[in-house]
Amino acid sequence: MSSSIETLVNREYQYGFVTDVDTDTIPPGLSEAVIRLISAKKQEPAWLLDWRLKAYRRWLTMKEPHWANVTYPPIDYQEQSYYSAPKSVTPLQSLDEVDPELLRTYEKLGIPLNEQKFLSGVAVDAIFDSVSVGTTMKAELAELGIIFCSLGEAVKEHPELVEKYLGSVVPHSDNFFAALNAAVFSDGSFVYVPKGVRCPMELSTYFRINAEGTGQFERTLIVADEGAYVSYLEGCTAPKRSTNQLHAAVVELVALKDATIKYSTVQNWYAGDKEGQGGIYNFVTKRGKCAGANSKISWTQVETGSAITWKYPSVILQGDNSTGEFYSVAVVNNRQQADTGTKMIHIGRNTKSNIVSKGISAGRGQNSYRGQVKVMPKAEGARNYTQCDSMLVGNECGAHTFPYIEVGNNSAQVEHEASTSKIGEDQIFYLKQRGLSAEQAVSMIVSGFCKEVFKELPMEFALEAQQLLGITLEGSVG
Amino acid sequence: MLDIKDLRATVGDKEILKGITLTVKPGEVHAVMGPNGSGKSTLAQVLAGHPAYEVTGGSVTYDAEDLLEMDAEVRAQKGVFLAFQYPVEIPGVSNAYFLRAAYNEIRKARGEEEIDPMSFADLMDEKMQLVEMEGDMLSRSVNTGFSGGEKKRNEILQMAVLEPRLAILDETDSGLDIDALRIVAHGVNSLRGPDRATIVVTHYQRLLNYIVPDYVHVLANGRIVRSGGKELALELEARGYDWLLEEAVA
Ligand SMILES: Nc1ncnc2c1ncn2[C@@H]1O[C@H](COP(=O)(O)OP(=O)(O)O)[C@@H](O)[C@H]1O
Ligand SMILES: [Mg+2]
Repeated sequence: MSSSIETLVNREYQYGFVTDVDTDTIPPGLSEAVIRLISAKKQEPAWLLDWRLKAYRRWLTMKEPHWANVTYPPIDYQEQSYYSAPKSVTPLQSLDEVDPELLRTYEKLGIPLNEQKFLSGVAVDAIFDSVSVGTTMKAELAELGIIFCSLGEAVKEHPELVEKYLGSVVPHSDNFFAALNAAVFSDGSFVYVPKGVRCPMELSTYFRINAEGTGQFERTLIVADEGAYVSYLEGCTAPKRSTNQLHAAVVELVALKDATIKYSTVQNWYAGDKEGQGGIYNFVTKRGKCAGANSKISWTQVETGSAITWKYPSVILQGDNSTGEFYSVAVVNNRQQADTGTKMIHIGRNTKSNIVSKGISAGRGQNSYRGQVKVMPKAEGARNYTQCDSMLVGNECGAHTFPYIEVGNNSAQVEHEASTSKIGEDQIFYLKQRGLSAEQAVSMIVSGFCKEVFKELPMEFALEAQQLLGITLEGSVG
Repeated sequence: MLDIKDLRATVGDKEILKGITLTVKPGEVHAVMGPNGSGKSTLAQVLAGHPAYEVTGGSVTYDAEDLLEMDAEVRAQKGVFLAFQYPVEIPGVSNAYFLRAAYNEIRKARGEEEIDPMSFADLMDEKMQLVEMEGDMLSRSVNTGFSGGEKKRNEILQMAVLEPRLAILDETDSGLDIDALRIVAHGVNSLRGPDRATIVVTHYQRLLNYIVPDYVHVLANGRIVRSGGKELALELEARGYDWLLEEAVA
């Protein structure tokens, strides 16, 4: 058994290559001048520059949070570069004009941007370091009035929508990393689905960090107008580097009356090597607001990558009868650390939230679930159900659960269930006795453990997630 | 086919198998009986390659190869099947998915093509009938929330699908009512053939009315203390094990 496991342990992170392109990179360091430069490069209107500067000034007064159950050496924010873009990318270019080197990069990642080749039923926005390389299916979507483009483009083409909703869910002052993002955010995706429109295809953004020593600070904004429906997917990879890279993104979702937003993430940033050298610091603020009655926001995440994950996709349940969901699989192996969970804030009457968290720890990984359920005094009839399961693979890893429950209304029902199990030698042996390898056995047991979450993912993503899980856990038994 | 010579095995520091010698030829059915704790399951698990047991002596040859050198999954791929005394639950993994994966691994090991889902469904229909199981057993998670009897029947279903050359049944009859017992026996008997062999570990004579053994062995305290024909089982049924244990000590 051990020889096959060794080959698997030594298998490379598949997405660890670097693309050789000429870049326009702002030298390391952060100051008002740098922010003005970013804004100027993006040809932004004055209101947006003002917003960035406000965020920056606020950020200067804030302290990096250290309440999460993760440890890492201090980050020198002056050592990072805050903007890097391939020179060949020009604003508002069409897909035919994209640099072939970049197209090849996405092909290699399994994301062909060439429209003919692309999976039917999915539209993609490809973000490379600080800029959007291109967006597919735009014309088809435009016929329905759906806007799907980079945030930078939206600022130019639909400033009224961006100005109205940007920062409306995650204010520029929300937290240390969100303030940093507001000050320096580069690009990200923008989605607007008009009243009563059901988006007929999956929208997806593929984030790629390429440049070294550069932080990635993308910002995504999705607005579903009354009665609209949209399902959005996000995928991420980065090259293997021995230094850590900071990724501090913000995602804001707004669901108006009767609208539904389904947001799925498969996060596979480079996790560092076996000894914990290198990897992405994934410090992300994701929040949705169910602004209107009967609206619904559903987060599904499969977190397999990153050296450190700090992430709590949340829902503010403001509209009456609105629903918030959080389905999460977080896997840590080797020296990875994840502190992830959700916040469900019940404000409206009869609001419902459902949380299913599956944490898997292997190697010397540390996995923490941190979840807050808050029922405000006016949230008559609010209901929450939380299920939080941890699975341990081996003896050197850890699983931790930190639930915070605050109930301000007597009619609310809040239920929390938690379990911890160890992947059993007997389970593995049973499957091996039927002819499966140890790796297949672990992957099958873990996939079964995560089934309730995987079934929330769109088909193609569910398969990818299952494979990623297998790859992340390779070498964890033996 | 299977040649066990002076096999010794420990779990922790405790020696459980203290020198087992047993030869199984193609086409034969061997029954292994004996009191609780005598080492029957240990023998079965050691043959299947469970990592908790350490082999400290002796040898096992299977089709002219050293069985003890093989990984558990290789043994399975080469046709060794263990019906577990306590089948393990795998939540969230459907029985059908699991069985197809196992079936395909075993085919691949034999250099055969993977089966397509449609043909597999047909195969399952046939095998489900053989063990008189309902269709929803296939969509349920492996052994999860199954009753004792359902778990045992599920083992036989797996055996029927995987068609092993050497099947080891560890107390598959325990806790079964007479109907289930008949179904299990039918499953085992349908697989009998000149090329295959079966080792039936059981406490009770009654299973052997349905699966008629060629040989019966009595295991006590880690050793085979008596071997005989099928009439030995009847004698044990009438007299219990004590007389054998006394003889063995004497
Ligand atoms: N995994 C184990 N750990 C500790 N002791 C074990 C283990 N497996 C078996 N034993 C011990 O070995 C002896 C034989 O057990 P077993 O092979 O299960 O007997 P049988 O199947 O004949 O009832 C018993 O004393 C049992 O307690
Ligand atoms: Mg036993």
